Order: sequence, then structure tokens, then C-alpha cells
Amino acid sequence: MVSAVTSRGGEHASALRSFLKRAAQFVVVLVTTLLGLIAVTFFIGRVVPIDPVIAIVGDRAPPQVYERARAELGLDKPLIEQFAIYVKKAVTGDFGNSVLTTNPVMTDIANVFPATLELATLGTIIGTLIGIPLGVLAAVRRGTLIDQVVRFLGLVGYSIPIFWLGLMGLLFFYAKLGWVAGPGRIDVTYSYLYTPVTGIVLIDTLLQGQMDAFWDAVSHVLLPACLLGYFSLAYISRMTRSFMLNELAQEYVIAARVKGLSEFRVIWRHALRNAAVPLITVIALSYANLLEGSVLTETVFAWPGLGQYITNSLQNADMNAVLGGTIVIGTVFVLLNLVSDLLYRLLDPRTR
Amino acid sequence: MAGAPPLPQPSGLQAWLLSSEPASRWQARLGRGYLGWRAFTKNPLAVLGLAIVILLVLVAILAPLIAPYSPVAGGDLRTERLLPPSGTFWFGTDDQGRDIFSRVVYGSRITLWVVMLVAVIATPIGVMIGTVAGYHGGWIDTVLMRITDIFLAFPRLILALAFVAALGPGIENAIIAISITSWPPYARIARAETLTIRNSDFIAAVKLQGASTPRIIFGHVIPLCISSVIVRVTLDMAGIILTAAGLGFLGLGAQPPMPEWGAMVATGRNYLIDQWWVAAMPGLAIFVVSLGFNLLGDGLRDVLDPKAAK
Repeated sequence: MVSAVTSRGGEHASALRSFLKRAAQFVVVLVTTLLGLIAVTFFIGRVVPIDPVIAIVGDRAPPQVYERARAELGLDKPLIEQFAIYVKKAVTGDFGNSVLTTNPVMTDIANVFPATLELATLGTIIGTLIGIPLGVLAAVRRGTLIDQVVRFLGLVGYSIPIFWLGLMGLLFFYAKLGWVAGPGRIDVTYSYLYTPVTGIVLIDTLLQGQMDAFWDAVSHVLLPACLLGYFSLAYISRMTRSFMLNELAQEYVIAARVKGLSEFRVIWRHALRNAAVPLITVIALSYANLLEGSVLTETVFAWPGLGQYITNSLQNADMNAVLGGTIVIGTVFVLLNLVSDLLYRLLDPRTR
Repeated sequence: MAGAPPLPQPSGLQAWLLSSEPASRWQARLGRGYLGWRAFTKNPLAVLGLAIVILLVLVAILAPLIAPYSPVAGGDLRTERLLPPSGTFWFGTDDQGRDIFSRVVYGSRITLWVVMLVAVIATPIGVMIGTVAGYHGGWIDTVLMRITDIFLAFPRLILALAFVAALGPGIENAIIAISITSWPPYARIARAETLTIRNSDFIAAVKLQGASTPRIIFGHVIPLCISSVIVRVTLDMAGIILTAAGLGFLGLGAQPPMPEWGAMVATGRNYLIDQWWVAAMPGLAIFVVSLGFNLLGDGLRDVLDPKAAK
């Protein structure tokens, strides 16, 4: 009796210990990866052929002025010390000021990030809602027309340049058919009818009851969101198909069928629920990819988000802004990766 | 007397290739290759992919013979600017009066150049890091794989953007940036393969013969890793092409007047509504070529790496 109790206590303790170990690993991976990210951007900032001192004082400044500016920027210190300062600043979110807007880079990013988030979130929702059923159907009807269609959609999604598809979409649905609004987030006419609160136009206009502005925003966001949704769909449906094929071959599926459950229940309740755990990872990855792909989409649709901010800064050699944007997107990317990994371990008892 | 007609016996060359008792090492290798080729050609999409890639190579080599006009010299701006596709200008002309078909044809050289260079730079880096990490194990493995994971966790396009921003725009820098961001998956694969090879008996036998570590890695480990890495590289080609085109589109890749497809799409953006062909044609070329590489990669994976095929 006593031994049983202690052994159960021991089990709990070991489960807790293994969880703590995982959590510690998680923190170590997160910290090293983010440090690596900061180190790479620091390195990139150092190899820029543009001398930041000359950019400030001009190339005809006397040597004393040049030296003083150099000292003010901290460039006379040893490289290691510079890196330590850089890390300290990056951790507190201080990436310096943008040359282009003269604001702190972090303020700029906070202003533009909601737009990117809005687009990527809508894209992921569309991709998930359509991609999962398509993938399930393809797996269930393996080898039939629907399977071929899903495979084809996936292949095209992997092969088509996103910026080109965006332009062609604008050409057909905006210029030729007039079904959706053109580039931008909202018409100038409506842009002063609401006050930005969350920074997400769809939510702001809805909360303030500006229905005309809301529908205008919808018609602006429709095309880019569907476009991103397609790319996420291509990935999600392909992975869903492969996970479902795996599950459908398992014995519990046969058992469920033998038990006399309806095919609908077997597929959507039993098999899909087991495939859902790895799918969470896939959806998180596709979300991260959409955030990254925003650089191209936002350029095409003149969408004032982080991607466009980075490209604009690039074209003006505004390195603070470029590196700040890189770190922010990289951090979100890394976090999404790790969180999906953690969720996977939490939800799937077999990985414990 | 006349029974069933005799089964068609494989004749001459085929019999030699399929012989179950190859007389030499290269006969055995050719036979394996032939079997792989037979499996490969059973998949029509893979053959289509191969055809597209071969077409790309041929067009790139024969560009001066195929292209009817110069890819960079502008035409008569009064009469030849932004003409729609026609018999004389198959894909129409752009804002400088240049024939878009000729530019697309020459652009295939740039695309092929980028793909080849990235493969030549990134693959050896990845394979070296992966095999060394996998073969040595211990702290070397930990450090190398930690670095790989860090690079793997980065968003590729954004990192390539930052690199190009630092190095300055241009096709060479774009190639370097893409290579720096594309080796980590190869290292992962090479390491996984090495781990399965490392403890096998034949490696122990080679060790007993006194072979040095570099000799084992180069002579015995790498040749066995290479087929899965090749599959992965082929599957990555489409991604490399798309990244390069994306950099070109943002004005960070090949600089004008080079006929790079992504940059051509960017030019076409200004004339999208009324002169759609300026953007449509080069984009279509990017699409077809990366589709070709994807189809080829899928087919190769089925033949060379049956485990991964689902």
C-alpha cells in the first residue's frame, strides 16, 4: 500500500521534473536563438559599407567632429563592448531612430505591425477553414479527382511567385471586374471617419459603428487576404492530407468502423482529432510564413504594414529600421515555432 | 509444336543493364541508374518537370540563337514602346521598346546561374557541417547543430533582405544572401543520414584498416548522404528561384538593364492596368520554371528516397 503511494508520488515528481526540464530547454533554445538573431543583425549592421558617422556629419566634416560623432555613436569602443550595448538595447526594444521618419524604430513598428497582423491572421483563418476540409477529403478519397485537385493546388501554391499572383489578382478582380477595391487599406474618404484604437481597421470601424468604412475596408482586405489564404491553404491541405492518410491506416479507425460508427464520425471525430495535434504546428508555421511573406504582398498591395516599412527603409538605406524590423519579425517567427512545438508536446501525450 | 510465344527476352543492352550478376562496379551502377530511370519515367508529372528543366537549360545555352532581338538595347520609343503581343513581338514590348520574349529568354540564364551557384555554395556547406557533426558527435555536434537551428529558425526572405541591404543590391550579393540562408536543411539531413551510417559495420571495417577521419567522411559517409541531399536541393530550387525573383522584384537582386524576371515584373507593375503583358510574361516564366523544379523534385524523391514518399 505504502509502496504504491510512494511510487505514484514518484511518478508525479518525475513527470513534473521532465516538464521542468522541457521548460528549461525551451528557455535555453529561445534565448540562444534570439541572441543568434541579434548577433546576425549586429554583424549585418557592421558590414554595411555605409559609414554611419559620415551619414550623420557628412563627408567634409573636420576630423575632430568626425571623431566626436564616432565616440557619441559608441563606435570607438571594442567590438565586444559594442555588441553588449547592442544586445542590451535590443532586449529593451531600443533599435535607435529611423532616419526616414525620425521616430524611434520601435514606435514606427508598433504603428505598422497591426496592419500586418490583420492580413496574416485573415489569411491563416481562410487557409485553415478551407485547407483542412480539402486535405481531409483528399485523404479519404485518395487517388480520385479531388485528391488530384488538392495536389495540383498545392503544387501551384509552392511554385507561383506571390507578388506576381497579387498583381494578376489586382488586374482581374480590381481593374477588369471591379469586384474589390484597389491597393491600400481603406479609401481616403473614410480614413478620417474613425479613430484608430487597435490599429486593426476592420475592428476599429466595426466598434465605432462606421459601417460604410467597414465595408470599404473589407473590400480592400479581401483580395490580399484571399491571396495569403491560398498560400496557407496550399501548405495546410497538403499536410492535412498526409496526416490523415497516416491516421486512417491506424487500427483504431478499423475498430471504430467495426463498432458500427458512421463514416462521418470515424473521419471527422476520430481520425481528424488525432491528426489535429501535428496540424497545430503546421498552422503556426504557416502563420509565421505569412508574416514573412508580408514583405512582398504588402509591396504589391501598398499595404502599410511592417513588410512595406522594411522595404521602404531598405530603399532609403535606413539600417536601424531594417534591422529593427528584421529582429521583430524574426522574434515572432522564432516564438511561433517554439510555441507550436510546446503545444504539440502538451497536447500529444505520446511525446511526454 | 508452336506453344505460347516466348516471353520477350530483354535484348542486348537491357539484359546487360538488368543483369543480376554485374561483372564490374560501373555495370552495377548503370543498372541501378537504369532501374531508377524506369521508375522515374512511370511518373508523367516528374517527366514533365524534367522536360521543363531541360528546356530551361537549353534556352539558357542557346539564348542568342532563340532570342530574335537584343535583351538590353531599347527599341524605337515612338513606335515600339509597350506594344501588345503580336507576330513580331511574341510577348509584346516593354517601356523601353525592348522585346519581352527576348528578355525572358536571356533571363533564363540569370535564373539558372542563381540556382546553380546557390546549389554549389550552399550544398557543400550543409553537407560538411552535417556530416562532421553527425560523425563526431559530442560537443562538436551540439555546437554545430545549435548554429544550424538558429539559422533554421530565421525567416529566410527577411534574412536575405537584411544581408542584401548590408552588402548592397546586386545579383552576386543576392546569391550570397540566399546561400547563407539555405544551407541549414541540408546540414540537418546530412547529419540524420550520417547518424544511421556512423555505427554500421563497414565503417568499423574501414576504421580497422586505419582510414583517417577525413577519408571516412569524404569517401564513405558523404557518398551515402548525397542522394537524400540532392532530393532536398532539387525541391528547394523552386524556393530559391522564388526568393531570387522576390529580391529582384523589390529591386535588390539583379540591377537594370539585366533581364531578371522578378525585376521585369516590378517594371510591369507600373503598366499593369493597360499593358498587362509587361508584368504577366516574366511572372509566367518564373511560375513555369519553379513548377518544373517542384515536379522534378517530387519525382526524384519517389525514386531515390522511397521512405520519404507518402
